[in-house]
Amino acid sequence: MSTPLDIEGPAAPPRSNGELVFAEPWESRAFGLAVTLHEAGSFTWPEFRTALIARITAWTASGGPGGPYPYYRLWLGALEDVLAGLGVVSTDEVITRARALAQRAPGHDHRDHAH
Amino acid sequence: MTTTGGSDESPSVALRTEALEQLLTERGLIDPNVMDAIITRYETSVGPLNGAEVVARAWTDPDYRRRLLADGTAAIKELGFSGPQGEHIVVVENTPTLHNVVVCTLCSCYPWPVLGLPPSWYKDPAYRARVVREPRTVLAEMGLTLDDDVQIVVRDSTSEVRWLVLPERPSGTEHLTEAELVPLITRDAMVGVARVAAP
Repeated sequence: MSTPLDIEGPAAPPRSNGELVFAEPWESRAFGLAVTLHEAGSFTWPEFRTALIARITAWTASGGPGGPYPYYRLWLGALEDVLAGLGVVSTDEVITRARALAQRAPGHDHRDHAH
Repeated sequence: MTTTGGSDESPSVALRTEALEQLLTERGLIDPNVMDAIITRYETSVGPLNGAEVVARAWTDPDYRRRLLADGTAAIKELGFSGPQGEHIVVVENTPTLHNVVVCTLCSCYPWPVLGLPPSWYKDPAYRARVVREPRTVLAEMGLTLDDDVQIVVRDSTSEVRWLVLPERPSGTEHLTEAELVPLITRDAMVGVARVAAP
């Protein structure tokens, strides 16, 4: 695939301006899910964008400004909205599965959840 | 569309994301290996260096510059950069009298193939709202003071158009080669919130 680039110096684009692309691992997964599904043809980008704008608008209207801007939380919400709208995965299914994952014994948790 | 209230009592976003990934994988809708490759690509290889190569080429090759301003997406693809959010890139040129600055007022649209993923400030509600209302003030706060006679044009992204700013080539760089120019060109200059400085 693509050749890994230098992670120092000018050849380190995503970090070269002093900023990591993703603050937490789940943000990269949420990003990857939307892009992968879009590239596989599950939805168009304008469909996703519309859902993202709806989440951002709702957050702003609810008086969000003042706290840290939860961009990828809104991104994930938009993705769930699109998938629920398409009948692919319902919100209830996501919550049920997430609660089941929360019950895992610590040693079986193969991903690092810092919270 | 379901808008779930009470997200506070819901599982954490990390668990929700993992749950969604599992469900989609089980249903054959995503291949985790494909997804890993996409994430790695945006974490390590797609970023402002691509845009810097485009700008340096435009500064040193007048024919390329013409093609870039006429059809950004096609000219950018000549250098091997294409992909999601790059389907309709429009390149606008900054001059001594006209300064373009890019925003997405509604969300976070950004030309991924040439700049990678947007920085936090670009997605921030304050930048999105204020740069439209008071661009001169916002740019000054970000360290770019423009004379009053410089016209500012705020370029708002739409569902299709992604903007890329072609910054002014700084004076004193006439002797530099294309390869020597590349490291001078920053992401912020290509969004229009900074100028390119001579070394």
